[in-house]
Amino acid sequence: MLAPWPATPMAYLFGDGDMARSISPLLQGLLAIAILVAAIVSALVIVGAWRQRSALALADTPIDDRPAIAWIGIGVGVSTAVLVGLIVWSTVTMATISRPSQTAAFTIAITAHRWWWEATYRSGDTDQNFSTANEIHIPVGAPVRFTLASADLIHSFWVPALGGKTDVIPGQTNVTWLKADHAGSYRGQCSEYCGAQHAHMAFTIVADPPAAFESWRAAQAKPAAIAQDKGALDGEAVFQQRCSKCHAIRGSRADGDRGPDLTHIMSRARLAAGAIPNNAGWLSAWIADPQHIKPGSLMPKLPLSGRELADVRDYLLTLK
Amino acid sequence: MTTTDYDRAPRLVDLGSHGSLVGNLEDIWAPKPGLYGWIVSVDHKSIGIRYIVTAFIFLLVGGLEAMVMRFQLARPNERLVTPEQYNELFSLHGITMIFLYALPVLSGFSNYLFPLVLGARDMAFPRLNAFSYWVYLASGIFLYASLLVGAAPNDGWFNYVPYALRAYNPGPNMDFYALGMIFLGISTTVGSVNFVVTFLRMRAPGMTIDRVPILTWGTTTISVGNLLAVPSVSLAFFLLWMDRQFGTHFFRAETGGQPLLWQHLFWMFAHPWVYVVVLPAMGLVSDALPFYCRRPLVGYTAVVVGTITTMVLGFGVWLHHMFATGIPFMALAFFSGASFIITIPSSIAVFSWVATIWTGRPVITTAFLYFAGFISMFVIGGVSGVATAAVAADLQLTDTYFVVAHLHYVLIGINLFAVLGALYVWFPKMTGRMLDESLGKLTFWIVFIGFNVAFFPMHITGLLGMPRRIYTYPDGVGWNAVNMISTIGSVILATGILLYVIVVLKGLRSTERAGDNPWDASSLEWATLSPPPHYNFAVIPYVTSRHPLWESRLPGQGAMFRRDEGLALADGKEALATTAIEAIPDAILKMPEDTAAPFIVTLAMSIGFTGALMHLWWLAGAGALASALGILVWLWPEAELAQRAEEPQ
Ligand code: HEC
Ligand SMILES: [Cu+2]
Repeated sequence: MLAPWPATPMAYLFGDGDMARSISPLLQGLLAIAILVAAIVSALVIVGAWRQRSALALADTPIDDRPAIAWIGIGVGVSTAVLVGLIVWSTVTMATISRPSQTAAFTIAITAHRWWWEATYRSGDTDQNFSTANEIHIPVGAPVRFTLASADLIHSFWVPALGGKTDVIPGQTNVTWLKADHAGSYRGQCSEYCGAQHAHMAFTIVADPPAAFESWRAAQAKPAAIAQDKGALDGEAVFQQRCSKCHAIRGSRADGDRGPDLTHIMSRARLAAGAIPNNAGWLSAWIADPQHIKPGSLMPKLPLSGRELADVRDYLLTLK
Repeated sequence: MTTTDYDRAPRLVDLGSHGSLVGNLEDIWAPKPGLYGWIVSVDHKSIGIRYIVTAFIFLLVGGLEAMVMRFQLARPNERLVTPEQYNELFSLHGITMIFLYALPVLSGFSNYLFPLVLGARDMAFPRLNAFSYWVYLASGIFLYASLLVGAAPNDGWFNYVPYALRAYNPGPNMDFYALGMIFLGISTTVGSVNFVVTFLRMRAPGMTIDRVPILTWGTTTISVGNLLAVPSVSLAFFLLWMDRQFGTHFFRAETGGQPLLWQHLFWMFAHPWVYVVVLPAMGLVSDALPFYCRRPLVGYTAVVVGTITTMVLGFGVWLHHMFATGIPFMALAFFSGASFIITIPSSIAVFSWVATIWTGRPVITTAFLYFAGFISMFVIGGVSGVATAAVAADLQLTDTYFVVAHLHYVLIGINLFAVLGALYVWFPKMTGRMLDESLGKLTFWIVFIGFNVAFFPMHITGLLGMPRRIYTYPDGVGWNAVNMISTIGSVILATGILLYVIVVLKGLRSTERAGDNPWDASSLEWATLSPPPHYNFAVIPYVTSRHPLWESRLPGQGAMFRRDEGLALADGKEALATTAIEAIPDAILKMPEDTAAPFIVTLAMSIGFTGALMHLWWLAGAGALASALGILVWLWPEAELAQRAEEPQ
């Protein structure tokens, strides 16, 4: 389910979380004033041109020099008053969203990569630390703090329905926060140009009821299930050989960190930063040729036999 | 020559009784024939037209790039171009429109018009003027050569690091851009110097500083702005090139560099640049709209003050491109406030135009339609900009299509609409021929409707959350319809632009003669022939008011202006220098003959830059040496150009 407007998941004129909801009225007010001003001035131009339009030829027309400086005085005066009001409103809103109304429940460390999002959850017990990708769960109703680091380029972290953008910049760690009011999935997307696959660098914030969130968190912290049947076991071997230098699967020997952690890959709704749905078919398609789906992606097309492909897919399908 | 030759005062003559004067001037100012004559010409009129034509060609090329992008975005998951191709397209499109079209086209109008509206024989530095055009052309070709070798810039016109660094962008793409921008910066800089000095010292006697057309205020203001802003971007691109080629660490975070340094240096230049590409266009409208409203512009002084204030404040708002970079909110508050405040001086001009229309007697010509369209597009672009000045709102709006809509309302609305209108106004002066009015009005409506259908929906696309610079988008996020509408609009707009080009080409062949002053306009350029003679004015006119050609009909002013009476300067290629404020005649300037030096120096520089691009250091060195030699020859003192006699011993 996509909250709050399934047909336009990236719209933000009516926000859902605390931050977005503080911004919405300002945004709506600014747009209303913008429309009003544009309409008034356009009307003045059209009516002015029509009302006075001259039927005379250019040269015969009398040249009038009626003073009209009052127009400028009144126009600029009214504009100034409106602008000063807007500055106050804007500053107040900015102060409101600079921090959440209550202290953040916990922190999620985000690392932006070309072209996917790594999310690391830490807790007092280091056994419970884990890292996942592109699908970030938070509890409903509690503000969550995000630290934003980049593994390579500048990206921007943005979940429109919940709040504004914060750039992710190499060499510095920016901080932001989000709070969701309703359970559901909120679509986010990288919004700073970052090269070939900037278009496919989406993610989802999934807001769960607190209990569901806790069980999700506990499940993610667990290592992967041991492969059981023959295909999956063969697949694990293929994985160790071909994929493990880039991908980690906790509980196995695979501990690469150039691509997303795949320990619980099948718990995610989509693959490759939102590019495709996650199911057996798309999973095969991705492994077979990531470059077709995301040209330029940092996962290369690997020369796998049909058999290897099927086995490795079966193995991944067990990683719930 | 003797001292007295320099100290002589020009005679005041009446053309009626000095018929031979014109013949002398024709001989003195005659251009050299043929292609060679074209290359060596330093005539501001020829250079101005070249600027306009070249900029228009770049506009068409940039438009073509835009069309490919619009087709790629017409539907979700389209595969018309590859991601890399798309990225090069949008980068080139921005670079072309912003750097190779928007300012050069205005420089073209300013070059053409400055001496004519100021009553001068040429720009202050005619050879420098030719040089600035050649360098513009050469750097444009240099930038586009990247396309031919398949390595066009691919990091947007804003060119953020680290993506622009070698680690992520190993090809020559960024080197083309970096060196091309440094190269182009030379053109902008020398052009700016020329405008400033021409404005201050080449005005006709009596044209005090409060009697000049608004265009010259606009262009002079932005030229001063350029002299302050261009060094920042040239430096930025130079540091980038050093990082890329010699492993320096200005921008590399891993080695202690600062990616945000790029953004500061870039926007310190690029935000003022926004005003640079609109203030002269606003000047064109401020000057020409009154022709069709049959009254002088309302609030001349206020508009001038507004122009200058806008430029000054324009230097204090660059951080509003960086609201999301994690800079502390208190610092943002200052820049946010400034971004709101800058609307005030810009709004002066808007109310002035509205008042001019409202209290005038508008004659609805094609040019008038473009100017009227310009005013409402200006306001739409302005108010959507105000929305992005609010930090909190901007955190949502920035980097979405809302900003794409905003900037096109600003750039197309304020620059292109003004230019399309201005060409209608001054084409008769440039060519002596009229452009077709009824076809012109039809074209206007196609352009106007196409533009709004293409770009208005982008506000909504942005509010629906579509980020900029994505080569495709998924189905099912609500962006399909708006994108399709924008693509349809862009096809209409492109049709309109093509029609406009056809109308202009047709106009060149038109047999309808324009006459000296087809619009019964008020400023000096309409007091000479259409097209003007090479020397612009047979006698240097004496100016007694802001509207020389309307004097007899405006209340409260006697008709002092005499078209045929003025200072005779026909003893050599000469022009008159006047004082900066009062425009009191000050010196007779010896103007240079046509020369190949600017062209040759440009060629030498092109060789140097090409060498630097290809790491052929010997070639770069040879180019630099040749440029230095060329400049030496160019500047070698010539007795005929001396402005002062040797003191007698
Ligand atoms: C050179 C490093 C590399 C190798 C080798 C590699 N991958 Fe990847 N993989 C990546 C990267 C990087 C991504 C993220 C791509 C993106 O979204 O743009 C990725 C993404 C994925 C995803 C999607 C993850 C998600 O959360 O959406 C799957 C599944 C995957 N790889 C499976 C495999 C399999 C199976 C193999 C071995 C056959 C493999 N990868 C080999 C680098 C690699
Ligand atoms: Cu990104």
